[in-house]
Amino acid sequence: MRAAMNTKRNLVTAALIAPAAAWLFVFLVLPFIAMLVFAFGERAPEGGYQAAFTFAQFANLPARATAFWNTLLLAPAGALLCLVVAYPTAYYLAVKANPRYRLMLVSLVVVPFWTSLLVRTYAWMYILGSRGIPNLLALIGIEDVRLLNTPGAVLLGIVYGYLPLMIMPIYVSLEMLDRRLLEASADLGAKPVSTFFGVTLPLSLPGVMTGVALVTILLLGEYLIPQLLGGGKVFFIGNALVDLFLQSRNWPFGSAIAVTLVAVVVVVLMVAMRIAWKVAGTRQVDLV
Amino acid sequence: MTSASTNDIEFRSVAKRYGSVTAVSGINLAVPKGAFVALLGPSGCGKTTCLRMIGGFEQPSEGMVYIGEQPMNGVPAYRRPVNMVFQQYALFPHLDVEQNVAYGLKQMRPRIGVAEVASRAQEALEMVRLGGFGKRRIHEMSGGQQQRVALARAIVNKPKVLLLDEPLAALDKKLRTAMQIELQSLQRELGITFVLVTHDQEEALSMSDLVCVMNTGRIVQVGPPQEIYDRPSSLFVADFVGKTNRIAATIEPGANSVRLANGVGLAKPARANGTAGAAMVALRPESIRLVRDATATLQGTVTHRIFLGSSVEYSVEVDGLGDFLVTADRRSIDESDLAEPGERIGLRFDPNAMHVFPA
Repeated sequence: MRAAMNTKRNLVTAALIAPAAAWLFVFLVLPFIAMLVFAFGERAPEGGYQAAFTFAQFANLPARATAFWNTLLLAPAGALLCLVVAYPTAYYLAVKANPRYRLMLVSLVVVPFWTSLLVRTYAWMYILGSRGIPNLLALIGIEDVRLLNTPGAVLLGIVYGYLPLMIMPIYVSLEMLDRRLLEASADLGAKPVSTFFGVTLPLSLPGVMTGVALVTILLLGEYLIPQLLGGGKVFFIGNALVDLFLQSRNWPFGSAIAVTLVAVVVVVLMVAMRIAWKVAGTRQVDLV
Repeated sequence: MTSASTNDIEFRSVAKRYGSVTAVSGINLAVPKGAFVALLGPSGCGKTTCLRMIGGFEQPSEGMVYIGEQPMNGVPAYRRPVNMVFQQYALFPHLDVEQNVAYGLKQMRPRIGVAEVASRAQEALEMVRLGGFGKRRIHEMSGGQQQRVALARAIVNKPKVLLLDEPLAALDKKLRTAMQIELQSLQRELGITFVLVTHDQEEALSMSDLVCVMNTGRIVQVGPPQEIYDRPSSLFVADFVGKTNRIAATIEPGANSVRLANGVGLAKPARANGTAGAAMVALRPESIRLVRDATATLQGTVTHRIFLGSSVEYSVEVDGLGDFLVTADRRSIDESDLAEPGERIGLRFDPNAMHVFPA
């Protein structure tokens, strides 16, 4: 009886998981294995892949060091900058905004998603380009300002594009925050600033960590924004990969870069999770 | 009334409105230093609003609130010499038990040393008998233990007044009774004023030495528990505090008597000041005696019997008056111990036990 029930429960579990598992196997696991195999191979003379076993591709990684550095610096920097802009916004929406308009204000945060990121980034190209802000500055006598195709432009595009993804988890964690905890803090003599650092901030950390992780991971694979706003100068790994696979058709070298990126992301994530877990586990936030 | 030096809390003509909704109005209340006062009333009566005005979470729309001798209007919660035990406790989930208790101490300016914070937190925890639990996480504590952490957290700053918002509502009956006793002795030990908000009349009567009954945003009666119970000032108080039988009646013009709806005439209680006309009589179930005597004032038929051990509750269909609730001490029934459902029975009571209110 019991065994039969267990079998049934296992079947149900299997049925629930099967579609996602199949999808992930076909579109994630298999490609990853292929990529791993490619990474140890050679470029065929006419481009593409040629079977071999060599570490030559990995030895060649320093040739794309700039892309790695740009990605590993600008992705976390972009995420942190997002956080700096997103936290006050989320705080306002969840705590200060009039509840009557809250839903409307929150939807305003999401509305930009209705337009393609491509179109919105093109708009920034125009605004930052020579006929945009630099043109206006020239009118008042400030000549030769260069905004487009700089790391600053990429960072701006990143913050603009990913801001909603950072705001939402922080908003949710602040929204769920029990208001009576804030009253309890005030009741015990904490001034508003102390209440923020003693209660609000530590209790919204899960949202902050979710947002930072989400945006950082997505940024590590970012291609569009550096391509449009960074020109040829601020290369991300994503751009390097497109270049290698589609232009120079050097699949093995591209694969090696991709594998290395995955390895770096996994290591970074593990370290970040370890730290986050420690913070969340003891939550010894004693700033007051 | 204005000798503020002996009053820890004073409300003077306080009203609180939210837009066009009036939560409370015409509140005048003086709580003497060291009293245990209960704000009692049904939900929505404004008792919590009053408590929150003492705590500083709400500001009065009209009138003044004093704590000690100080006017508190406009003073934020974090500058008030009161602390609160919140409903469902509102303990900080990200801090352990000791950190929760020490939270208030760490807010003190000038700062107090780490060693003193630790020892005072420990002292407060021992006061609520949680000495060894300092390093526990909040979610590892039972409901009763969380309640005590909340108490320790609120008393650690040595407030002038301790506010308790339905503190026992989430506990089971046995624990609630134990906590009632514990709260009382804690109050004696600390010697500070306690203000308790509750909708549970039993809790209010058993713990406090001053009960303030509220209804629809107003105070309807203030007094010691016995007075509230024995001399309710209105039908609402008689109904809300304890159980009561309501009997429609008429006060005879000129005559010193009350005629019940079934035509039985009774002497008007000395303290009843009702003028002639329709009236409502409230009669406590325990002031009625069941007697096997056909000459008793009222006659009826027992319909239900609820055996409670030390006492018995009867539902009696009284001729011409409807259902009565009668609580009988086990020895109050002559000859046989218990009356049987279906049995004809007499009801006898002292007319002075009646509370007569204008209808």
